[in-house]
Amino acid sequence: MAAIYSLYIINKSGGLIFCKDYGSAGRMDTNDTLRLASLWHSMHAISQQLSPVSGCAGIELLEADTFDLHCFQSLTGTKFFVVCEPGTQHMEHLLKHIYELYTDYVLKNPFYEMEMPIRCELFEINLSQAVQKDRVALLGR
Amino acid sequence: MQFFGATEINPSPPAVTASGNNAHMIYIFNRNGVCLLYREWNRSLHTLNAQQDQKLMFGLLFSLKSLTAKMDPVSVEKVNLGVPQLPGQGCSFHSFRTNTYKLSFMETPSGIKLILVTNPRTGDLRESLKYIYNLYVEYVVKNPLYTPGTPIKYELFNTTLDQYVRGLG
Repeated sequence: MAAIYSLYIINKSGGLIFCKDYGSAGRMDTNDTLRLASLWHSMHAISQQLSPVSGCAGIELLEADTFDLHCFQSLTGTKFFVVCEPGTQHMEHLLKHIYELYTDYVLKNPFYEMEMPIRCELFEINLSQAVQKDRVALLGR
Repeated sequence: MQFFGATEINPSPPAVTASGNNAHMIYIFNRNGVCLLYREWNRSLHTLNAQQDQKLMFGLLFSLKSLTAKMDPVSVEKVNLGVPQLPGQGCSFHSFRTNTYKLSFMETPSGIKLILVTNPRTGDLRESLKYIYNLYVEYVVKNPLYTPGTPIKYELFNTTLDQYVRGLG
């Protein structure tokens, strides 16, 4: 049983730059993931417009019937979101950690072009380690 | 999808988690997207006019529902993104939270959508929304003068709703 179902990273204009699936049922092709990412980008923006008080920064947690979606937006507008089992704790820490990995292994990579899809081997290795560690920590609790 | 067998109002409303008025507003939409009720209690920010605001809210819920139906990691059979779904079909959602507010959402089998916007630290409001739905059934649907699909303008419903929401955690 996977605690985390999938991870998405979208750039500041709503384009999907990274997507990793950790075992969700059903098939989703590349077009579907791209559409979902840009849909989430728009919903995030609309939720700020509908805020009853000022200073809203968009959706942080969406609780659906079968999953939770945790979203973290960096100061530059890059959004990281994970789809996980309902009630999974400490996802904010994982997202912040993934953001650290992103800055270290993607942004500091001289061959990476900004806002383009992420193809960095070291990032993927460290990411899978972080997710694995999170899963082990979850089993230990 | 849960169905509501009993329509009579429970003798005691569900327990509240904390005291104090921290609800911002409530929306009730019917299945065609007509806003049957909009009430606000403390809303300091109005970015749009009332009609635009209601349309945007309905659009947000509609799109979030198609997003959750498509993203559902448990079901194998999923419809394409954007295909309209009947109430109770596909994976829906019950709340989302931002840093400034929490939105709780419930859809009944007949397609009535109840939306309650509260303080971000409020707990689970699913039972409270069911109770508000019961109020709607008792005070609006059972009113012989009410024409379905028209905005709700009943003093008794509004005061009962205000009273209940004021005590909400």
